[in-house]
Amino acid sequence: MPDFLLVMKNIHKRFPGVHALRGVDFELRRGEVHAIIGENGAGKSTLIKILAGIYTADEGEIVIDGAKVDIDGVVSSKAQGISVIHQELVLAPSMTVAENIFLGRESMKGLFIDSRKMHGDAQRLLDSFNMDLDAEAIVKSLPIAKRQMVEIVKAISENSRILVMDEPTSSISDKEVDFLFATMRALAANGVGIIYISHKMSELEEICDRVSVLRDGAYVGTEVVREASKDKLISMMVGRELTNYYTRDFRPPGEVILRCEGISDGKMVKGASFELRAGEILGFAGLVGAGRSELMKCLFGLTKGFTGKLWIRGKEARISNPIQATAAGLALVPESRKDEAAYLVQSVRYNTTIEVLPEFIKFIFVNRDKEDEITSHYIRLMSTKTPSLEQKLIHLSGGNQQKVIIGRWLASHPGILILDEPTRGVDVGAKSEIYAIMNELVKEGIGIIMISSEMPEIINMSDRVYVMNQGRIAGCLERDVISQENIMRLAAR
Amino acid sequence: MNQTADVRKRSRIEKSLRIFLKDNLGILIALAVLCLFLSVYPTTKDTFPVQRNIFNVLRQVSTNLYLACGMTMVIILGGIDLSVGSIVALSGCFAAGCVSRYELPIPMAIICGILIGGVVGAFNGFVISRTTIPAFIVTLATMNIAKGLAYVYTGGSPVRVVNNEWQWLGAGWVFNGKVPTPVVLLVIILAITGVLMNWTRLGRHLYAVGGNPQAAEFSGINVARVKFLIHTFTGIMAGTAGVVLASRMYSGQPTAGEGAEMDAIAAVVVGGTSMQGGSGKISGTIIGGLIIGVLNNGLNLLNVSSFWQYVVKGIVILLAVFIDFWRTRKASR
Repeated sequence: MPDFLLVMKNIHKRFPGVHALRGVDFELRRGEVHAIIGENGAGKSTLIKILAGIYTADEGEIVIDGAKVDIDGVVSSKAQGISVIHQELVLAPSMTVAENIFLGRESMKGLFIDSRKMHGDAQRLLDSFNMDLDAEAIVKSLPIAKRQMVEIVKAISENSRILVMDEPTSSISDKEVDFLFATMRALAANGVGIIYISHKMSELEEICDRVSVLRDGAYVGTEVVREASKDKLISMMVGRELTNYYTRDFRPPGEVILRCEGISDGKMVKGASFELRAGEILGFAGLVGAGRSELMKCLFGLTKGFTGKLWIRGKEARISNPIQATAAGLALVPESRKDEAAYLVQSVRYNTTIEVLPEFIKFIFVNRDKEDEITSHYIRLMSTKTPSLEQKLIHLSGGNQQKVIIGRWLASHPGILILDEPTRGVDVGAKSEIYAIMNELVKEGIGIIMISSEMPEIINMSDRVYVMNQGRIAGCLERDVISQENIMRLAAR
Repeated sequence: MNQTADVRKRSRIEKSLRIFLKDNLGILIALAVLCLFLSVYPTTKDTFPVQRNIFNVLRQVSTNLYLACGMTMVIILGGIDLSVGSIVALSGCFAAGCVSRYELPIPMAIICGILIGGVVGAFNGFVISRTTIPAFIVTLATMNIAKGLAYVYTGGSPVRVVNNEWQWLGAGWVFNGKVPTPVVLLVIILAITGVLMNWTRLGRHLYAVGGNPQAAEFSGINVARVKFLIHTFTGIMAGTAGVVLASRMYSGQPTAGEGAEMDAIAAVVVGGTSMQGGSGKISGTIIGGLIIGVLNNGLNLLNVSSFWQYVVKGIVILLAVFIDFWRTRKASR
């Protein structure tokens, strides 16, 4: 038996204007969990898509179990025993778990589907992994983590030898992560090779054996996780030493610019009160579902009929829609880039300037130079990587998309900037850049509210932290007492 | 300083020309091939490339393009408007009635006809923007309502207009009898649509609402207002088409405009506007409309039976969209 389950050699892939992969090498052993890390745009997704048969490589060879193979489509990828679990799950929502697992391979009884046999087989499969899942449950009634399990079981039932997981933990809770990892270990013990893509460095140590690093479409190197330090991996990814990952100059904040009292939306938010001062970063911590995003939606006028009062710079403000919120100097970078912010088929320019059209469109007179100027300014400010202003957003990496969206809101010159999970799905280099920009913004006197589920981010960046718990503010931690323990004590009470 | 601004302006025009060619290359070639074929093929080489025939084609194309202007925007919005064909009938009959029944002056009658289209469009827009009922269903309903009203108003038979001035709008000529009136009107309408889509805030908002309605709401865009205005505009365009058609036929006919919505959708889709919403250009729609118009004309000149014309038209639509599909697929693989 050959040493390696999968070998990818000298893979090249070119897109119009972009050389996305420049001779990438990758090796996967049997029974190992092998992470691929790199900044957004480094070529991870392109490599995975080549493996999945969504793209075809321009050059290079793929060897599976010692035999050279041609992957020229999703079907031939599957035939080679490769299963990819994408970030966006691809299950049929109104069908049962069993129907999804056996989609396209239904057990038949003559002309008809043998539903009983199919559900029985599925249940046995689920039970063999100790998954607490009902084969007859409708997929859309399940939480995201359970749906992920369905995808995994589906892949296993297709006799996959190579399992690719693209940021599987980005939308599930810690407890669910533990379960996911246990499942992964069991699979690896059975000889399955797992390729694991993640932005979370802490997860690598917990689950991965080796890690390969890509940068700007090129292969940088492979390390054994246990022997490599986090700093080393980060410097491999960004190509330089990141001495100051978090940039933050703490200084005494100014006066109160936003005060809220008893904000309730009748559902998720139950009487929240807080204050934001000029020149401070106010962290909002809490578990998923604590009502943090919903509170911010109230402030921004996106929730109809919320109750409570708010004062902006000492004056009581009435905000019932985002237009009034923007006029009052608020800006909100929402949690879900794809659903709530990005116009993917439109250009970088369009996405940057949509908030400030009145600055260069007067009736039917468009000042294109001004528009280009605004766009270029925020591309420079955010150090967004894009070949041109006309580039469609969909062709940028996640981190660069996020920079465009943040730039869009900065263009409206807000006094109060609300960032909801500003670095979700963003690579370490871009993260560090976003932190530096936040630091500059507060120096200029802007007040920033940052909702984040990433503890290190909250702890290192915030002047003060409000912790929310079931729609209420459970407490406020001043700079000197911000710690993971204190936050969790309030969040999980 | 002035010179650099000039240079910049020129490079911008060059750039937009390049983008225009890149976006529309496939359908431009299709149109060119079609025209070339009709200009050299023995049976049509004497009848197709003559001024009279070209204007004839443009006259026929123009009413379809009035509808397609609105339809382009509605489809970018992520919706559809099935009611435009029926609005053509209703507004044509009503405008004709204004002249022959109520003896209003002709300009007033024209305005009344256009306005009634605007009213139906505004109704579509109102329901679509205030509820979550899909545009497809709302306009399916108003399609029947408007068609029904046209029959009720006319009693099922055409409303004749005996007044020579009435023909000017649809069958007349301007610029010393050189250019057909509807073609001049078409140029004006295309200009308005182009400006609206490219040079106004409403135009930008249109792409935002169609591309990502939730993001548009977060951006503080008044989504309901955008939907309302676009549907009203589409109704006005359909009203205009109805009046022009009634003028060309000397009468308001309750059967006019049947299936016109499909021709308009075809022009938009052949022109490369995505049915998913969020992207599309008026330049594409113009070429799409021309392809369909030239095709109709060519098939008539070739004496192809009208039954077969449907089949050919269907195949051409599929081909045009397929070229586009093939091109984008190649670009993304």
